[in-house]
Amino acid sequence: MSPHGNPEAPASSATEIKREAPKASPKPQEHTEHAWGLWEVFVRSSRGLSHVHAGSLHAPDAAMALRNARDLYTRRNEGVSIWVVPADAIAASDPDSKGAFFESPQGKDYRHATYYTKSEGVKHL
Amino acid sequence: MSEANASATRITPGNALRPEDIALEVRTGLAKPTEDTAEYALRLGDDALILAQRLGHWISRAPELEEDIALGNIALDQLGHARSFLSYAGGAMTNDDGSAKSEDDLAYFRREHEFRSVQLFEQPNGDFAATIARQFVVSYYQFLLYSRLTESKDATLAAIAAKAVKEVDYHRDHAAQWVLRLAGGTEESRKRMIHGFRIMWPYVEELFRDDALTGRLAEAGIAVAPSSIKEDFDRLTGEVLSEAELEVPDVPAAPGGGRQGKHSEHLGYILAEMQVLAREHPGASW
Repeated sequence: MSPHGNPEAPASSATEIKREAPKASPKPQEHTEHAWGLWEVFVRSSRGLSHVHAGSLHAPDAAMALRNARDLYTRRNEGVSIWVVPADAIAASDPDSKGAFFESPQGKDYRHATYYTKSEGVKHL
Repeated sequence: MSEANASATRITPGNALRPEDIALEVRTGLAKPTEDTAEYALRLGDDALILAQRLGHWISRAPELEEDIALGNIALDQLGHARSFLSYAGGAMTNDDGSAKSEDDLAYFRREHEFRSVQLFEQPNGDFAATIARQFVVSYYQFLLYSRLTESKDATLAAIAAKAVKEVDYHRDHAAQWVLRLAGGTEESRKRMIHGFRIMWPYVEELFRDDALTGRLAEAGIAVAPSSIKEDFDRLTGEVLSEAELEVPDVPAAPGGGRQGKHSEHLGYILAEMQVLAREHPGASW
């Protein structure tokens, strides 16, 4: 085939094709939305730390989510335990309310142990 | 790595027998297979190599990204097993210059009739269900074979099997999970799963055929007689098939002959693609 397509059909002919009007409204495409649910993956490393968020993946159910997580996130010996959680089961704080949520402790030095001075004569501190 | 540098998701290579270790043992004469043992290792290595090549074709083509990676992982596991078996087999085979054959010599510079894989491994991927059907049969077969091979009197074969069996155990689980889901999914997925088993099942019988070589090696406690794992294969696959409400396909067995170098028309194309680069640029590395 020539690089410009079929030489017998000039490119301009494309505009002359009369398209039939669709007989019915098109069915929703199955692949426009992901058929599989989103899962969040937490991996615990062999050092006995708590599970740490590693990423997310798509899977049809929990059993397959665990297997996909094993393939995606423990390829290099990273973990000894995996949790998967449906992403929509996680309630998250609002990123826009950062100020009200997270900045309030600023300046409250007395919430830190270093704010306090050791009284004279107190042992075992 | 010091403990202080270790991250929450620490990456460790782990301790396991690598193909390079086997190649080194062969080169230094620490591991020396007999001609029979080498031929047996070649059979198992070719099975794994051809399957790896087949599965690799799914990369970028699987139905989902996650499955793409799963099949790619399985392909790489199989390639690892192939490298170990072929590195060992090469210890009893020599090139024209007298050197022992390497894994690359065996993978890239043998011709079709010199490959010893059974015909199931070269069967086309078909659709996803056909690949899962092939994967289901292969991984149960390899799981039972490697489980028993860990007790081989040949230390190298036993070591390769001990590493491989853990990986194949996962392949078996992966395939079984998909058989259950495709068979119990939609009408279409069930139809395709049944079709997949029908086109793969004729090649099952060949997996369990004994011959003179396996007879001699099984007698010596080195190899697993293929027929000796058939009963367990039927039982274990039967459990999954009955849970999936599927029947064992009633299809006649294919003539087979892969262990003697007789292959279906598919192997030549696989080899052409697999070998072309190495043959165009012998000795190239990248």
